[in-house]
Amino acid sequence: MRELKLMKGNEAIAEAAIRYGVDGYFGYPITPQSEVMETLMAMRPWETTGMVVLQAESEVASINMLYGGAGSGKRVMTSSSSPGISLMQEGISYIAGAELPCVIVNVVRGGPGLGTIQPSQSDYFQAVKGGGHGDYKLIVLAPSSVQEMVDFVGLAFDLAFKYRNPAMILSDGVIGQMMEKVEFDEYKPRWTREEIIAKNPWAATGKPPTRERNIITSLHLQAVDQEKQNIKLQAKYKEIQEKEVRYETYLCDDAEYLIVAFGSSARISKKSVEIAREKGIKVGLLRPITLFPFPYKEIGAYTDQVKGILTVEMNAGQMVEDVRLAVEGKVKVEHYGRMGGMISSPDEVENALEELIIGG
Amino acid sequence: MIDIKDIVKPENLVFKKSRVLTDNPMHYCPGCSHGVVHNLIAEIIEEMDIQDNVIGVAPVGCSVLAYNYIDIDWHEAAHGRAPALATGIKRLMPEKFVFTYQGDGDLAAIGTAETIHACNRGENITIVFINNGIYGMTGGQMAPTTLEGMVASTCPSGREHARDGYPIKITELLAQLPGTCYVTRQAVHTAGSVRKTKKALRKAFENQTRNRGTSIVEVVSTCNSGWKMSPVKANDWMVENMFPFYPLGDLKDE
Repeated sequence: MRELKLMKGNEAIAEAAIRYGVDGYFGYPITPQSEVMETLMAMRPWETTGMVVLQAESEVASINMLYGGAGSGKRVMTSSSSPGISLMQEGISYIAGAELPCVIVNVVRGGPGLGTIQPSQSDYFQAVKGGGHGDYKLIVLAPSSVQEMVDFVGLAFDLAFKYRNPAMILSDGVIGQMMEKVEFDEYKPRWTREEIIAKNPWAATGKPPTRERNIITSLHLQAVDQEKQNIKLQAKYKEIQEKEVRYETYLCDDAEYLIVAFGSSARISKKSVEIAREKGIKVGLLRPITLFPFPYKEIGAYTDQVKGILTVEMNAGQMVEDVRLAVEGKVKVEHYGRMGGMISSPDEVENALEELIIGG
Repeated sequence: MIDIKDIVKPENLVFKKSRVLTDNPMHYCPGCSHGVVHNLIAEIIEEMDIQDNVIGVAPVGCSVLAYNYIDIDWHEAAHGRAPALATGIKRLMPEKFVFTYQGDGDLAAIGTAETIHACNRGENITIVFINNGIYGMTGGQMAPTTLEGMVASTCPSGREHARDGYPIKITELLAQLPGTCYVTRQAVHTAGSVRKTKKALRKAFENQTRNRGTSIVEVVSTCNSGWKMSPVKANDWMVENMFPFYPLGDLKDE
């Protein structure tokens, strides 16, 4: 039986973590995501599921606690917001380099710098294109509802362990702070020690006489070895790109125009599509759910069908670059977005569609 | 004439390499203290019979490759972050012995926050701190523990506090924190001091079974390559210059 609750996105992700059998959470307070750790601390999961929850002295520390914890083969996660995620980039690069699974939640706020505590999607580049040093990719999921904040905890962990790769849930202050109806699965038990060793033979759990020592590292001093590791990583990312693309379409079958938007911008754009349809404009919405892997092929398939594409993002135009790559110049692509914590209204988006795409 | 077979007999054995030490040739310079401390840790792991129950966290610095030499599961940290990694590992697997192995730049410069807060939380881990007052791996730059007047490649005329700040006595600082239970400073330049350091390390590992807080063993060490001295001269220089500023002995034992 699924349990129905009314919750904030940040609270929901915390409860979802406990219910999914997550072993550890390490975090540092930052607005607009502090409710994640507050909820965990209030729920005291160490008394029920045995989940560890720890407030670190900084995001630098929390991501490195995550790095250590992930090396033990257990399910560990952290959450933060933009400036905190910037501090974590060093650790994220190491985790990607060492090929460890873990989940990082970014409840994005406006930047750059200290910026604002209001919602934004301006960390798209950081999440999708790297952020830290070196050639690596995160698996990036973009929820657009509180329900998806819950559902993507499990999905992110499943993908992270399937590919031994860190996964990020790229949310924003809207999804984190708004309250919605949400359904929860039953509590899942945490993995036992035997299950962890069987599922993750690479984990540093103490070297028995029966195997060689496990070394969790991203260090390959010889260039030839480092290149080998890079080639291995690139092959993995290619496989993820081929197999794990997720997206959703709305009224796209007969669409002459397309809006591409993720997360809360997709929620807003859905309403804009309805407003435009009432005016007789045949427009559909394509919502990428995975930002890496990005639905290049799936968006590219619309180049024969639509006359123009508008991307809607709460930033200066970041995902628009990937949409342009997807359509390879065959269709006009424009960006519409507000920045610095401002949120577009459905009417604004609909107007932008008429001005930039249809009239433009 | 005595044949070699007559010498190599069990009754003549005075030293045996620990089975927890791998056969990999160490990359450390001749005269470096790391090899001795590695050997002590390997011996302790063997004697405590915890090879299958211990996880080491290697730092960035000369001992970045410590995992090549001690035959246990290892986790390689980013520069300075070993205590945070160890926190994550130990919190998730409290039944394991977890230790960090860190140099002075790692522990007392870039990782100061992680070190102080892990100790202040009283993480039930062992911190092995090699203090040789210089960045060995990157070629001899000034460390947080470089003595005043001491020459390094980034203070070629000697450390001056007006420009470079003072050498930090981080171990004394850590001993002030209620989270630490055992804080000691040792050395490995003589047979006697090696035995004392082994005793200290053993206690620091055993403390994890008592769950009383963080144990720290600082080993004042030489870096003869970085100091540009022969190993013997480096030992003498350490006794004359390092020991007066970093005196050996227990700072805390609860």
